Amino acid sequence: MIAAAYTTPSVLVFATSALLILVGAIGVIAVKNPVHAALCLIMTLIGVAVAFVAQSADFLAAVQIIVYAGAIVVLFLFVIMFLGVDRREHIHFEPLVGQRAFAAVGVAITVGGLIALMAKSHWVSGATSVTTKLSAGSGNVHELGTAVFTTYLFAFEATAALLIIAVVGAVLLARRERPIQSEKEA
Amino acid sequence: MSWLATTDPLFTNSGHVGLAIIVIVVVKMLLGLGLLMTSVILMIWFERKAISDMQSRIGPQRWGPFGLLQTLADGLKLILKEDLIPSEADRTVFKLAPFLVLVPAIITFGLVPIGGTLTIAGHKVLLQVANPPMGILLLLAMSGISVYGVMLAGWSSGSKYPLLSSVRASAQMISYEAALGMTIVTVVLVTGSLSVHNIVTSQADGVWHWNLIRLGVVPFVVFVIAITAELNRPPFDVVEAESELVGGFHTEYSSFRFAIFFLAEYMNTITMSAIIVTLFLGGPAGWAPNVAHLKWLFPIAWFLVKTVGFAFCYIWFRASLPRFRYDQLMDLGWKRLIPLSLGWMLIVAGFLVAPGWGFMMGAVVLLAYSVLARAFSLGQTREVGVDSVLPMVGARPLPGEVLRSSSDEGSD
Repeated sequence: MIAAAYTTPSVLVFATSALLILVGAIGVIAVKNPVHAALCLIMTLIGVAVAFVAQSADFLAAVQIIVYAGAIVVLFLFVIMFLGVDRREHIHFEPLVGQRAFAAVGVAITVGGLIALMAKSHWVSGATSVTTKLSAGSGNVHELGTAVFTTYLFAFEATAALLIIAVVGAVLLARRERPIQSEKEA
Repeated sequence: MSWLATTDPLFTNSGHVGLAIIVIVVVKMLLGLGLLMTSVILMIWFERKAISDMQSRIGPQRWGPFGLLQTLADGLKLILKEDLIPSEADRTVFKLAPFLVLVPAIITFGLVPIGGTLTIAGHKVLLQVANPPMGILLLLAMSGISVYGVMLAGWSSGSKYPLLSSVRASAQMISYEAALGMTIVTVVLVTGSLSVHNIVTSQADGVWHWNLIRLGVVPFVVFVIAITAELNRPPFDVVEAESELVGGFHTEYSSFRFAIFFLAEYMNTITMSAIIVTLFLGGPAGWAPNVAHLKWLFPIAWFLVKTVGFAFCYIWFRASLPRFRYDQLMDLGWKRLIPLSLGWMLIVAGFLVAPGWGFMMGAVVLLAYSVLARAFSLGQTREVGVDSVLPMVGARPLPGEVLRSSSDEGSD
């Protein structure tokens, strides 16, 4: 099964996507200019989308680009543009007091956990779909839709409700009434 | 690569990709690109001629018969001009931005089925550059990417008017993408597949099966409005409003880089006309006489006729409609098109299950619209008073309250 998966094209596709993801991810934290960092983030997201396509998860790949690259990072850029990146902030004091040590511990735990997982579980299962076999023709959108709207309906709707609550909360916090006299005295 | 076979008959040959298939794919790509480039040149000429006719002018006439070569002359002139980069510009992003507009424009055209199926050397070939399984979603993904080109072009110029233009552009394109997505969902619901080829074949059985009629005319109208806004074409061209923003996001661009923006804009206009035809007017579907060996030509002809019709509509819009004001544009997008397309999508979904559900959905949607209309009218005539401010939660003021009291101190 594993041997069958490693054909030359699939290795090339994997190498391309891995390169995009890694270079982008390192760029996000290494680059000084916030706009360039956002561009690196887009590169990572596109790399992940390529990886999804290689796993036959076409719908996920498209949604990855439409939602993350097409909407969320655009909003990041929007905010960066409004705040202005011309005024570089010179940070003279240590902004993270003591967090760096914790971060190192966190990274160690995460990497250790990943290595442990890889050692314990199967490296590549060889399965392209968890729910059912990908039947020819119907495509994975059908399978995904069935899974989301039957088996995982509650989790799906709960996530939707959570997002709505977050949006309403954000609107409420950001709402500003035009000032009137009586409000000031209160 | 066997999963490709689910959508493209070219790859059904037991997953083996031979030389013939590679040649066919490369030739299809080159032909697609050639067709797109040629049609851009003709489109620019067509637009200038049609507008000059509508304004009682003559238009280009010197270069070539009927001025057909005018675009080539203009392109040559642009390339020979000096390429300027402003000193305040972010050089890397400034150079990158035009390609972020051009590449999605080219990729999107690859989705469009130009004709039916051909059989070349025993291989069934779709007359479509690619028919990916994610299908029409690629259109949304690419329009999402092309926002960056416009946005970064404006920002990286390091100048005020392009920045304003790019902020407008990104807000506008994101707002209209929601309505666009919802109408595409309606089409996908009735087709039962994301693949563009299936969308076209499901409309093949005559005019009454075209999505334009099958879905009611509403999604078509919403789609045309939303796609015009995505294109930043008149009457939605606040991005390039000359009277307010000099030249819009590409004010600082010159020479070849400007030519790329110009090219991409017209490519997008053609592609979107083709996409409208594909989604709502049956694509290459149409009457074809039973002529041996030439039967495959008629779908292509139908497709071209319909697409040119829509390209003409865009020119017509530009010649006759005044530009929207920015806030009117936002109102139209968020308050009219999104509720309309969402409601219509629910009704169509209801009718797909059973007519009873459809009518019930219709009633629910009508109720929701009346609530929404009430909310809009309340919002417009609202008097801000003490009652409209929410009471404090607990003993501590909310962060918003603190911000409000500190920032409103000197404002009145």
